[in-house]
Amino acid sequence: MEIALVVGIPLLGAALLALAGAQRRAAELNVAISLATLLAAAALVVRVIRDGPLSAFGEQFFIDPFNVFLVALTVLVGFTTAVFSRPYMRIEAAHGRLTGGRLRLYHSMYQLFMAAMLVALTTNNLGFLWVAMEAATLSTVLLVSLYRTRASIEAAWKYFILCGVGIALALFGTILVYVAAEGRLGGSGMSALLWTHLDAVKGQLEPTVIGLAFVFLLVGYGTKVGLAPLHNWLPDAHAEGPTPVSAVLSGLLLNVALYAILRCKIIADGALHSALPGRMLMGFGLLSTVWATFFLWRQRDIKRLFAYSSIEHMGIMTFAFGMGGPVASFAGLLHMTVHSLTKSAIFFAAGHATQAAGTQRMEGIRGLLATHPSVGWGLMLGTLAILGMPPFGVFASEYLVLTTAMREHPWATPILLVALAVAFAAIFGRVQPMVFGDTQAPRLPHPPALLPVFIHLALVLALGISIPAALSQWYRLAAQLFTG
Amino acid sequence: MPAPTFATQVLQTLAGALLLISFAMLAERRSRRLVTLLIWQGVVLVTSTLLVAVTAQQPHLFFSAALTLALKVGVLPWILLRLMRRLGIERDNEPLVNVPTLMLVGLGLVVFAFGLAQPITALATTVIRQTLGIALAVILLALLMILARRKAFTQVIGFLALENGLFFAATTTTYGMPMVVELGIALDVLVGVFIFGVFFFHIREQFDSLDLHHLETLKED
Repeated sequence: MEIALVVGIPLLGAALLALAGAQRRAAELNVAISLATLLAAAALVVRVIRDGPLSAFGEQFFIDPFNVFLVALTVLVGFTTAVFSRPYMRIEAAHGRLTGGRLRLYHSMYQLFMAAMLVALTTNNLGFLWVAMEAATLSTVLLVSLYRTRASIEAAWKYFILCGVGIALALFGTILVYVAAEGRLGGSGMSALLWTHLDAVKGQLEPTVIGLAFVFLLVGYGTKVGLAPLHNWLPDAHAEGPTPVSAVLSGLLLNVALYAILRCKIIADGALHSALPGRMLMGFGLLSTVWATFFLWRQRDIKRLFAYSSIEHMGIMTFAFGMGGPVASFAGLLHMTVHSLTKSAIFFAAGHATQAAGTQRMEGIRGLLATHPSVGWGLMLGTLAILGMPPFGVFASEYLVLTTAMREHPWATPILLVALAVAFAAIFGRVQPMVFGDTQAPRLPHPPALLPVFIHLALVLALGISIPAALSQWYRLAAQLFTG
Repeated sequence: MPAPTFATQVLQTLAGALLLISFAMLAERRSRRLVTLLIWQGVVLVTSTLLVAVTAQQPHLFFSAALTLALKVGVLPWILLRLMRRLGIERDNEPLVNVPTLMLVGLGLVVFAFGLAQPITALATTVIRQTLGIALAVILLALLMILARRKAFTQVIGFLALENGLFFAATTTTYGMPMVVELGIALDVLVGVFIFGVFFFHIREQFDSLDLHHLETLKED
């Protein structure tokens, strides 16, 4: 019941906003729908804490410790982004970059995107997972090109083709899983695509088929995670789309794609009886981290800078899950949570900073503390948090990843440390003059909504100091799924 | 291995035809003819799905065949042809460099696909699974086409050919995915083509051409 509400509200909201999205109060409606989804998800979380994991609709949908916190995180960031986007889009409209029709498209697609991600997270059926991931791509393509500038159309086309091809490969992987499973679980029925059923018989699946399937699934969904060398679409899509879209792409979509890979990895681990899937994740993760940090140096655009930082952090998470084991998986799950909160907060602050300066180029953004102190502080604190400064939560998860790496794969530790140091120098060196320094830039026409930034950062800070019992219990149970 | 039945032989012939059409697409310069080839791929898919439905007694594959007929032989080509007329690119020729090299790379991909599928076909319980190699080859050839072409319209055709390969893999190796999932996939493809259509107009409005050379200004720095 709660699952139906969580998925149904944004879906209905998308239809409603498709009709009324150009009205003056559309932004408030968007916030209200997101709030309703948040409340439904809160009810779901309460029920899971009380009754434990559950499934619904003939096992087509399910909630277990692995996806429950991601659902909560997704609706929370979805809500705060809706709050942020209200004044942000109003300022964009005031600057003449958007018209009513575009705003209608934006609001409607925003809710559709949320619905697609929530279906992907809660479905038990690998086929639906694929359909939902594709729907999430389709609903954001037109958002990336919302401004209809040359650069934004180019970015959206790249996003569409690369992710379309990637996700087609993931479909081939899904078909192969079905091939392997239908002998065990009976053909023509849905059973052979249900994750819980696959998980139960994973030890008996044909290893050759599952091995090949996992390669396709990893490359396919990995394109959406932004793993190097398949990350080309990511910086462009983040830089050229409207900032709320960058925030949800970075904070939520990448997580959901990684979630899809991890679900498949659990099956592959069980079928292959070897460390191969883990090694592949470690390889892709490390490559993405290093690749992204060295490209950080060459960035001139603030949103591209933080997009590359997202690739770096997705790499760290992928590496952590690749190492496996209870501590590293715990660290990976924690990192998913804190990165999502911190990165969306940074995009909120960066969005208002670019609006105030009238440019996304970093040398044009100066002296935020003087003109917009809250934007300046938000950007500075967010940057410190994402760079892994204690006491923020990112420090805790990165510390756990590094210590596990030191114990189990010592060769990887110096690579990770160098990457983190390079990222620190590159990002801090660029953010510092943007926040301090002098400027003559005028103030914004509407007061920016900085409450979401500070809510996110407060949560990240709280997670760095102590993790609530229910959350750490979920992390631990989910980590058990990975260790089998 | 038992001697292949007549139905299996027909199915393998159809698989061969699908692969041949993929090669033809790789070398085809005229957009109009590419759509025709895409329709032919659809026809082959419908026939093979019907064949599997009859021989394997899978009634839900009849629906799947009907859906394919409607979508891949009917609606999608109609949308594409309409788009071509609206955009005035019916007579467009795309200069293709190095067709022989492209063909050689394509051949290499086919060998690679068969190599990848070999361990699975060796385990095959049904003769039907042996077409997996061809399905994978069709997918890789479509990928090659997307990479090699520089026109937005042709890339979309490559994208649809890719989807055809996936569909062929699903029907011939597993008697098709469950119906609900297949409907979901069909819906995604249809919406995808609509968005592509919208995009063509945006691209042309901004760049005055559908040539993707203009879309190479965003670089990795």
